[in-house]
Amino acid sequence: MKKTVLSLAAAAAVLSFGSMSAQAATKACFIYVGPIGDFGWSYQHHKGLEEMKAALGDQVETAYLESVPEGADAERAIERFARSGCNIIFTTSFGYMDPTNKVAGKFPDVKFEHATGYKREHPNVATYNSKFHEGRYVQGVIAAKMSKAGVAGYIASFPIPEVVMGINSFVLGAQSINPDFKVKVVWANTWFDPGKEADAAKALIDQGVDIITQHTDSTAPMQVATERGIKAFGQASDMIKFGPTTQLTSIVDDWGPYYIERVKAVIDGTWKQQDVWGGMKEGHVVMAAYANMPDDVKKLAEETEAKIKSGSFNPFTGPITKQDGTEWLKAGEVSDDGTLLGMNFYVKGVDDKLPQ
Amino acid sequence: MFESILITIATAATPLLIASIGELVVERSGVLNLGVEGMMVMGAVTGFGVALATGSPWLGVLAAVLVGALFSLLFGFLTLTLVTNQVATGLALTLLGLGLSGMIGESFVGLPGVKMSYLYIPYLTDIPYVGKLLFGQDPLFYVSILLTAGVAWFLFRSRAGLTLRSIGDNHTSAHALGINVIGIRYLAVMFGGACAGLAGAYLSLVYTPQWIENMTAGRGWIALALVVFASWRPWRVLAGAYLFGAVSIGQLHAQALGIGVPSQLLSSLPYLATIVVLVLISRNRRLTMVNTPASLGRPFVPDR
Amino acid sequence: MRIELVKRPEQSKLFSALSPFIALGLTLVAGAIMFSLLGKNPLDALYYYFIDPLREVWSLHELAIKAAPLILIAVGLSVCYLSNNWNIGAEGQFTIGAITGSILPVLFPQFQNWTVLPMMLIMGMAGGAAYASVPAFLKARFNTNEILTSLMLVYVAQLFLDWLVRGPWRNPEGLNFPETRNFHEYAVLPEIWSASGRANWGFVFALVAAVALWFMLSRTLKGFEVKVLGQSPRAGKFAGFSSSKMVFFAFLLSGALAGLAGISEVSGAIGQLRPTISPGYGFAAIIVAFLGRLNPLGIIAAGLVLALSYLGGEAAQISIGVSDKVVRAFQGMLLFFVLACDTLIHYRIRFIGMPAKTGEAAQNV
Repeated sequence: MKKTVLSLAAAAAVLSFGSMSAQAATKACFIYVGPIGDFGWSYQHHKGLEEMKAALGDQVETAYLESVPEGADAERAIERFARSGCNIIFTTSFGYMDPTNKVAGKFPDVKFEHATGYKREHPNVATYNSKFHEGRYVQGVIAAKMSKAGVAGYIASFPIPEVVMGINSFVLGAQSINPDFKVKVVWANTWFDPGKEADAAKALIDQGVDIITQHTDSTAPMQVATERGIKAFGQASDMIKFGPTTQLTSIVDDWGPYYIERVKAVIDGTWKQQDVWGGMKEGHVVMAAYANMPDDVKKLAEETEAKIKSGSFNPFTGPITKQDGTEWLKAGEVSDDGTLLGMNFYVKGVDDKLPQ
Repeated sequence: MFESILITIATAATPLLIASIGELVVERSGVLNLGVEGMMVMGAVTGFGVALATGSPWLGVLAAVLVGALFSLLFGFLTLTLVTNQVATGLALTLLGLGLSGMIGESFVGLPGVKMSYLYIPYLTDIPYVGKLLFGQDPLFYVSILLTAGVAWFLFRSRAGLTLRSIGDNHTSAHALGINVIGIRYLAVMFGGACAGLAGAYLSLVYTPQWIENMTAGRGWIALALVVFASWRPWRVLAGAYLFGAVSIGQLHAQALGIGVPSQLLSSLPYLATIVVLVLISRNRRLTMVNTPASLGRPFVPDR
Repeated sequence: MRIELVKRPEQSKLFSALSPFIALGLTLVAGAIMFSLLGKNPLDALYYYFIDPLREVWSLHELAIKAAPLILIAVGLSVCYLSNNWNIGAEGQFTIGAITGSILPVLFPQFQNWTVLPMMLIMGMAGGAAYASVPAFLKARFNTNEILTSLMLVYVAQLFLDWLVRGPWRNPEGLNFPETRNFHEYAVLPEIWSASGRANWGFVFALVAAVALWFMLSRTLKGFEVKVLGQSPRAGKFAGFSSSKMVFFAFLLSGALAGLAGISEVSGAIGQLRPTISPGYGFAAIIVAFLGRLNPLGIIAAGLVLALSYLGGEAAQISIGVSDKVVRAFQGMLLFFVLACDTLIHYRIRFIGMPAKTGEAAQNV
């Protein structure tokens, strides 16, 4: 009973808006978890929206909601979008997973794209994410070459698989050059608090690291590294302006190509459910220009990048030992994506304990 | 290393100290302004923008102080002239400040700011171990110490300070003595706003020279709590701000050492430490009672 | 020109009723100016802000979902504030209530029958009350200021929740993402009328709590005790009331209601525990409490108004493309007008005009 009434209501809603959107442009809608002014995660998604808008011109109409809290508000925001005539809705935070699937069930004619999640309960839900860890491997290689102390500082946000994977990839990259390389991790417990991130960077530097990398959003650690005269890596966007003499490179989230492709698929009527985990090869993960390093390091970094890009090398290729000393991957063995996406252990060389 | 850790703590404590000292004066006059976060973030965006436009961090600071004071005037008009509820008005001020600052700062995102340079006095700053700590910090650090001393002197050594405290303790009798209660409260509220603006500018010009929405990240609330923590005494505000800063930085060091305690527990230490210390202090009932402004938060309308 | 207030001999009934409308009028005018300055059609903007969310049934459900925790928390806080207990940590009590209420479905997922939900609600209330008892105890025993303790405990509660969902309570089937398992069907707070939207019984709890507390405050001795102790602890003492017992009463009551709001939100609207479960309901409820003039019935109206301003803000963002910041600034403005107009209930405003006109020519409003 409940189901039929729901689908009736949904059908009615779709009908009433269907006529509106038929001749008009395709409407693509975006929900961000942070403000578009965070210069990090949401900022990059919004840049993707703008890129898409520029590429598709009149064919597309866009709308977005920023700072939508994960929780009860998300479902309402998504449903409002679905009812307001959006043809495709991008929900760009992990916490929107269940609400996205719930609303998708009610609006079968609207396409939903959820970033970083794994649930696709209806045929009109697709998921997408990027292999940021590929970039972190390259960073690790550079760090091991550039560091005199053999220790890097890692400012992390929250212990989720995505972040843990990044730390491990960084360490593996570094150890491919210097097997004794170590990483000190500080969890900021926030994506976004410039002051706290700056403090974390200072604490790490005071403890002897001479390279800083971050998986939090603000540019504060870059500025601290500049002030203390050490090198650092950027995050999410190209932060070279904040550390012209400091930034070695940065992992840039480029969602533009994906958004263009998917919205175009809606326009052409070829949209299908999928689960995309794009990396360097697909152009979703882009390295900012290599800077502030000697030519041989730059060459090595470019070679590593090319190797990953061509698909001939996966950062998680054995032999890899876990932090507790047990073997994870045998020589030549490559990790499956499932293990990576749910990663909750460190590899050897990380100077931190992971909350279990 | 030890010296640089101390400087890190000072940098973390300074914005809290400045904002708290301002709020302390406001509360001593009997007014509770919960809008510190909003005024602070307005100061941060103004300071950043003006410094960027003019290239001068000092002009940025000046503008932030002015905007902080003007913004607090809005609160003053509502609570003092129209006697609206102070708690609700303060919270609304925070909402407004967070919104407005985001609107103003939309074009500042992603631009590196102007950083205020550190003090350098030849020879003195170069003294090993303590030189940088004592003579090589950012100018606003020294301002914050002077501000604390100044407010301590003003409140407890000057006649005007006595007047201000008497209003906070009993506005009706202060009014009966012919004191202009509303006028002085306006000044106190504006001083609080100016300090919050300065604290905001510290964030966007010294601490992390950049503008990001909501970059105050709750520091205004901590500043409010510190006033209570200090039982309305200026030097204890300083002690509280440095305690909070020290525990915050200490937990980051503990993490970097890899001691294996959940980071959430470590992150909650500054808050727990503040509670514990306050409990220890407040067991001395007489001491806190004497300092609490008795008219705090109560509306006042002069009758003729 | 100077503004002076003259206290009315008694509350003005007329302005009690009229002031919200005057505030609305002023907000409309100021909002129209603001939106025109931003280059948006002011009529469109105001339509999407205030009318559009009320046009459809599903949206009314959403309004109820948004308002429920605000009302539930705010009515509890009104008892605190009337008795002069400054609990500003409802956000923390909300969080702990959500956690303790979730113990059964998260740790004992096989235990499934109709008793689960009532037990969850009771445990949520107990958890919220227990957490609120900490600042109450510290205040009553050591005279520790409750503003600081209750606020600091908010951050501690949020970090505790964060640790739980990333560590021990993590969903074993959730690929190590930070969330607990989804609640089973017996642990979900049912929807009131699911054919038309997803509003759940949390809204009913809010209304019941508001009416009950209104009755307590205005018709019982306990209500009298609350107000007397709030206005003058000395007078209360002479009347034989204990202010330290009142501290506990107010905190436990408001903590329990915040806890109930927490578990209702989690089991009704979200369906699992996550690192963030509240967009700041505990703080927004402070505004709601005062906006409703600390009167539980007024709080119902205030909660609905604030909830409408969130929903309307969203509609305006989608339909006319104003940003989230504009929405928040507008919300702040709306609150200012409402607060300012309430002044008219207690006071007459006199504009003391030009020097020549002073004296008998002062205008009375």
